[in-house]
Amino acid sequence: MDTATAPTQTNYINVAHTAKSWLLTRDHKRIALLYLISVSVFFMIGGLFALLIRLELLTPAGDLFEAETYNKVFTMHGVAMVFFFLIPAIPATLGNFLVPLMIGAKDLAFPRINLLSWYVYVLGGLFTLAAVIGGGVDTGWTFYTPYSTAASNTHVILTGLGVFISGFSSILTGFNFIVTIHKMRAPGMTWFRLPLFVWASYATSLIAILGTPVVAIAIVLVALERTLHIGVFDPTLGGDPVLYQHLFWFYSHPAVYVMVLPAMGVISELIAAFTRKEIFGYKFVAFSSLAIAVIGFFVWGHHMYVSSQSAFAGLVFSFLTYLVAVPSAVKVFNWTATLYRGSISYQAPMLYAFGFLGLFLIGGLTGLFLGALGLDVHVHDTYFVVAHFHYVMVGGTIMAYLGGLHYWWPKMTGRLYNEGWAKFAALMIFVGFNLTFFPQFLLGYMGMPRRYHMYPEEWQVLNVLSTAGATILGVGYFIPTIYLLWSLKKGEVAGDNPWGATGLEWQTQSPPVTENFPVTPVVTEPAYAYAHQEKRFA
Amino acid sequence: MFNIPLFPDSASTFAGRVDALYFFIVAVTSFFAILVVALVAFFAVRYKRRRADEVGAPVHGALALELTWTAVPLVLAMVMFYWGASVYFAMAKPPANAMEIYTVGKRWMWKFQHVTGQREINQLHVPIGQPVKLVIGSEDVIHSVYIPAFRVKMDAVPGRTTTLWFQATKAGRYRLFCTEYCGQKHSGMIGEVVVMAPGEFQQWLAGGPATGSMSEMGQKLFTDLACVTCHRDDTTGRGPSLAGVFGSQVTLQGGRTVTADEQYLRESIVNPQAKIVEGYQPLMPTFQGLVSEEQLMQLIAYVKSLGTKGQAPGQTAAPAAEGAQAPGAADTVTK
Ligand code: HEC
Ligand SMILES: [Cu+2]
Ligand SMILES: [Cu+2]
Repeated sequence: MDTATAPTQTNYINVAHTAKSWLLTRDHKRIALLYLISVSVFFMIGGLFALLIRLELLTPAGDLFEAETYNKVFTMHGVAMVFFFLIPAIPATLGNFLVPLMIGAKDLAFPRINLLSWYVYVLGGLFTLAAVIGGGVDTGWTFYTPYSTAASNTHVILTGLGVFISGFSSILTGFNFIVTIHKMRAPGMTWFRLPLFVWASYATSLIAILGTPVVAIAIVLVALERTLHIGVFDPTLGGDPVLYQHLFWFYSHPAVYVMVLPAMGVISELIAAFTRKEIFGYKFVAFSSLAIAVIGFFVWGHHMYVSSQSAFAGLVFSFLTYLVAVPSAVKVFNWTATLYRGSISYQAPMLYAFGFLGLFLIGGLTGLFLGALGLDVHVHDTYFVVAHFHYVMVGGTIMAYLGGLHYWWPKMTGRLYNEGWAKFAALMIFVGFNLTFFPQFLLGYMGMPRRYHMYPEEWQVLNVLSTAGATILGVGYFIPTIYLLWSLKKGEVAGDNPWGATGLEWQTQSPPVTENFPVTPVVTEPAYAYAHQEKRFA
Repeated sequence: MFNIPLFPDSASTFAGRVDALYFFIVAVTSFFAILVVALVAFFAVRYKRRRADEVGAPVHGALALELTWTAVPLVLAMVMFYWGASVYFAMAKPPANAMEIYTVGKRWMWKFQHVTGQREINQLHVPIGQPVKLVIGSEDVIHSVYIPAFRVKMDAVPGRTTTLWFQATKAGRYRLFCTEYCGQKHSGMIGEVVVMAPGEFQQWLAGGPATGSMSEMGQKLFTDLACVTCHRDDTTGRGPSLAGVFGSQVTLQGGRTVTADEQYLRESIVNPQAKIVEGYQPLMPTFQGLVSEEQLMQLIAYVKSLGTKGQAPGQTAAPAAEGAQAPGAADTVTK
């Protein structure tokens, strides 16, 4: 590989330098970078709030913050992380960058809409930030009624508006991906030659398009009830508070898959690349994404087993919840089987993928406890649930996101990061994560309710462990920020294909030119056709 | 800090059942977690890349394997589903002889009233060995009654009446939490359940000051609020006689029938226009805002004391709701 000399060819980054050329760009790769910066800002904000939560919970008494402040802190942690980081992170950054490259297209189908989606996201983010700066919001990220419509006197509308607006950016991105994947595949890129990340992005886009409008409507109704007192949710106005929960979870359960499916897509790419092997059971992995997307729309009531929803509804939702668990299990088994007779390298992205497997395994398996009706009655709204969804959404999604970011970093920037630091960070994150969240399963089963500012003394030791873990985790997340930024100037020049991976994105230069491929590629083989290509690595 | 518990107290008949299911799932999931981790670790070491130009073997997949690892998790999942549902349905059906305690959540306290009239705040006394049914309401936002040692939980939903039941098995004091976020002092909305031997409990009940039983208070309200002017014991009133209504099948205008459970009674008082009894005019005024949540519970207790279908007036009983309800969802009314 070359020494650290600046790349001299033109590419999408050095083609123009003005601020205007970035802010008005229609290049999906530049838009991906804009998203990367903005979601990172929200990740830091959300992370800061997380740290404050853990500091407060270091002691049983509510001694660091007033109760009201604490309530705002966990609300804003959830809002920033869920709506402004986890949902857009992989689709809007890695997805935006990779979907056209992977299918051999010049750009997304609607480049202007793509740029619009970023502005919409930023606008939504600004509304939410305004709410935070203006004093915050205290409803929890779930905005349950009638608390949010009749009781809370914080910035519910402003925050809701932020979430509402940013929802449109997911819809726009999803729409763009679907059209692009249908219409812009390179010659020879049949559906079953698509990399699995593209399949996952497709399934994710379907969910974003179908689900987001429902939560948008729910939020509008909350705002209308706060301002005009229309009686939709507030029983004193003739409304039904539980109706809100149906609307909210109809979107927010599938939203979990908006966070997790793309992560699974990334993991499939990483495992293929670092075992130099076709993904075992490609079609099963591809179709399991669609199965998850479809069944995932019919399980929302598992958040409502004790909400006074009828027992028969509970029965159906529990049944479907167990069904949707199966395709996730299938994916895990297929990834494991892919390792068999592979050529496994332990480079940093693969370490993140191993980390994902471990954490997602725990996250997914603990979902089986929550799906069981009679058991969920006990652990619902306790720290058991908190631990479970952090394992899935943070352990799963963020691990995959970081793994993907490392893997495609050389393609995005043309540079390699420091391998030693990257491995070290992966290890810290894994250890810190488990120390933070594993004790919460025990706390939850003992009955510690979530969203508690104070808690009984006998639970302090486990809480202290959790806070200690969070500190390690925080440092673990911070290290990549430093070495990745450092690599921009000092990193080794990567070359077109530093991993020896298949995939069209590795066949063009690093970083790619504005329209990705000088000549439109023609695809003649399935994804991950490593076996025929030994010569590539000579 | 020597006391570091890792497992909750078990003090109700449900605790053992929930824990058994819990340990079953712990066993199954641990088995798969260890299996996957062991395989990953073994493959990772065994097939470590040895030469820079090495590639993996061309293994595409195997249908038999795919089917196996789809079917086995599916079967295990169905076992968990069935088991979980059976525990849930047991939680959903309070026994007919359950002792009722009226529970109201209010920011930020729990108010309890026994049928005999004793009131408690943030403390709930119950006897060992006797099924207890909480009839739950909320005065403001959603709360949730949660007693970890009993493994039971039920939301207190404004505008609805929900129920939860348990049978305590061990004397002691157990924590009670509000588990649905309800604003500023959510984490202060806690209390304790005091489980006593039946004899002691009777003593406790006799000792406390009572202003009359729940149904007596309800009867007084029934007069004060002029319900009596329309609802008489005979058929001469403008409204139907309420004797024997509770637990019966009421025929509504249009021919639909509903079971008259607590949720139906509540709705009849707060939102009478929602369901009109066949043969009557919709002239009952709404009492929304005129009666507090607790008064509502007293009225319900009074109407229930007027007898259940097929029972002599004066006897109270649990709703004879057919089929199952969610643990506590008293509204079996289907739309
Ligand atoms: C102005 C007369 C009037 C008053 C006062 C009144 N009701 Fe009614 N009530 C009716 C009528 C008429 C019906 C039947 C039509 C309907 O379902 O609304 C009815 C129905 C009911 C029912 C349903 C009965 C059934 O057979 O299903 C209940 C329960 C009830 N009332 C309770 C009360 C209570 C408690 C009060 C006092 C707080 C009250 N009512 C005051 C007229 C009245
Ligand atoms: Cu869900
Ligand atoms: Cu509460």
